[in-house]
Amino acid sequence: MSAERFLNPRIAAVPPSGIRRFFDLAATMKDTISLGVGEPDFKTPYHIRNAAIDSLIDGETQYTANRGLPELRDEIALYLSGRYGLSYDPATQIIVTIGASEAIDVALRALTAPGDEILVPEPSYVSYSPGVVFAGGTPIGVETLEKDDFRLTPVCLEKAISPRTKALILPYPNNPTGAVMNREDLEAIAKVIQAHDLFVISDEIYSELVYDGHTHVSFASIPGMYERTLTINGFSKAFAMTGWRVGYACGGAEIISVMNKIHQYAIMCAPRQGQVAAAAALKAGRENGYEDVLRMRDSYDRRRRLMVSAFRAMGFHCFEPYGAFYAFPSVRVTGMTSEEFCSSLLKSKNIAAVPGTAFGPGGEGNIRCCYATALDKLNIALDRMAEFVKENT
Amino acid sequence: MTRLETDLLDLLKEDCRISLEKLSVMTGASLEEVAATIQDLEKRRIILRYAPMINWDLTDRERVEAMIEVRVTPQRDMGFDAIARRIYCFDEVKTVFLMSGSYDLLVLVEARTLKELAAFVSAKLSTLETVTGTATSFVLKRYKEEGVIFDSEDADHRLVISP
Repeated sequence: MSAERFLNPRIAAVPPSGIRRFFDLAATMKDTISLGVGEPDFKTPYHIRNAAIDSLIDGETQYTANRGLPELRDEIALYLSGRYGLSYDPATQIIVTIGASEAIDVALRALTAPGDEILVPEPSYVSYSPGVVFAGGTPIGVETLEKDDFRLTPVCLEKAISPRTKALILPYPNNPTGAVMNREDLEAIAKVIQAHDLFVISDEIYSELVYDGHTHVSFASIPGMYERTLTINGFSKAFAMTGWRVGYACGGAEIISVMNKIHQYAIMCAPRQGQVAAAAALKAGRENGYEDVLRMRDSYDRRRRLMVSAFRAMGFHCFEPYGAFYAFPSVRVTGMTSEEFCSSLLKSKNIAAVPGTAFGPGGEGNIRCCYATALDKLNIALDRMAEFVKENT
Repeated sequence: MTRLETDLLDLLKEDCRISLEKLSVMTGASLEEVAATIQDLEKRRIILRYAPMINWDLTDRERVEAMIEVRVTPQRDMGFDAIARRIYCFDEVKTVFLMSGSYDLLVLVEARTLKELAAFVSAKLSTLETVTGTATSFVLKRYKEEGVIFDSEDADHRLVISP
């Protein structure tokens, strides 16, 4: 007897992630070189791992405060003020979560009332729209276009706004496109936000990974935006700490308090050793000028240039991605859809990339390729892709 | 050191077979600039050679290695340099360091057999007039050298596809 009739139809109706389907296909292959990952190829720096080991040896195995270890919240406050000019009170304006992912989920649940529309730029990270649905709201896609270097523009934003719009998710630097928004771009968005009295969830998980002279600007630092912005960040990408699952959200005391209510009933607290390691990462960074982060960023940057140049040599249009660790080339010259291209590339050359459509319908025609892959493997992957393109155009 | 010099050294240290074209793309410098900078690094003897890192333990070549701590009497006007030179000229000697602490020179020696290595220490090294004492330790296993781990594969634990 199937128990399907007991399931919540609203949740059941959300399709499984397009990435998941592709993952199942890739899992059947052996010795695949994957450009489909969404995480650093570095291990967490050893001194950070050691901080967690020490904490375990010292018997620190208990719950922490719901909002996170006070020393970690202090470090987060110092980090955000030192790096991005943002001032948050560690006691009332910061909450530590299980990765930035939990912060997004809890934020959406804290904000969304039935009937509310939440704007989600597309293409973007796979969890936003399902998160809005789970929270009882309606996700509304906002298109970002290749001709705008996949930046969010006031024109596209205005088109998506309705009287029911409550908030915008602002995910820059962007996964999957690698797009960044500079200060002027953000100021233009801020005007629209102000005019329509909207709230902003600014997911800045890739804030440390910007290249070629670009600097990350936090949306909350734009005049007038501090009060209406929730800043989300974490340790996964900058410090190569994906498996530790530690992120955080910062904003007004009211929203943080409501988020903490959900978090304390659902989660209690993020795992202690992850928090200890995260605090060690920020403290060491503050003392040594973030040398681990810069070392990894330099290494990504070299591979970024290599990948973009290789795609252009294949005849792909590939806009210059200045953030995160993805390139998002257009494969339209092959005449294949994103999905066809990726399936065929995987089957014939054993190279995995993610079809752009996994990140929303606006991703059709593009594929996401992660350059956080060892240089020797990256070279092989790009050579095989070039062969594949030659055989198929 | 310029930024380009540092970048090139970092990249070549990882893989010295990397093409000039790729070096140019990755550093953002022109092909000519990259070629000239590498040539200059070679001329200044900053880059000494381009050699692979070999795990000899996986080959069938007979090989014994030892670290020898050597105490010497420094010579007037020459310090340790003259005796270091006398030692490093032996073919068996792969590496020589001048050290602080309880001995003076650390000498890494390689030979085909234990017998050959013992003969080197007793007949060639100890008999040098300024050498006052040696302590020989044999290498049993190589775990890591020049940042490369020898005893296990550095596996990639990442999921093939993740969001």
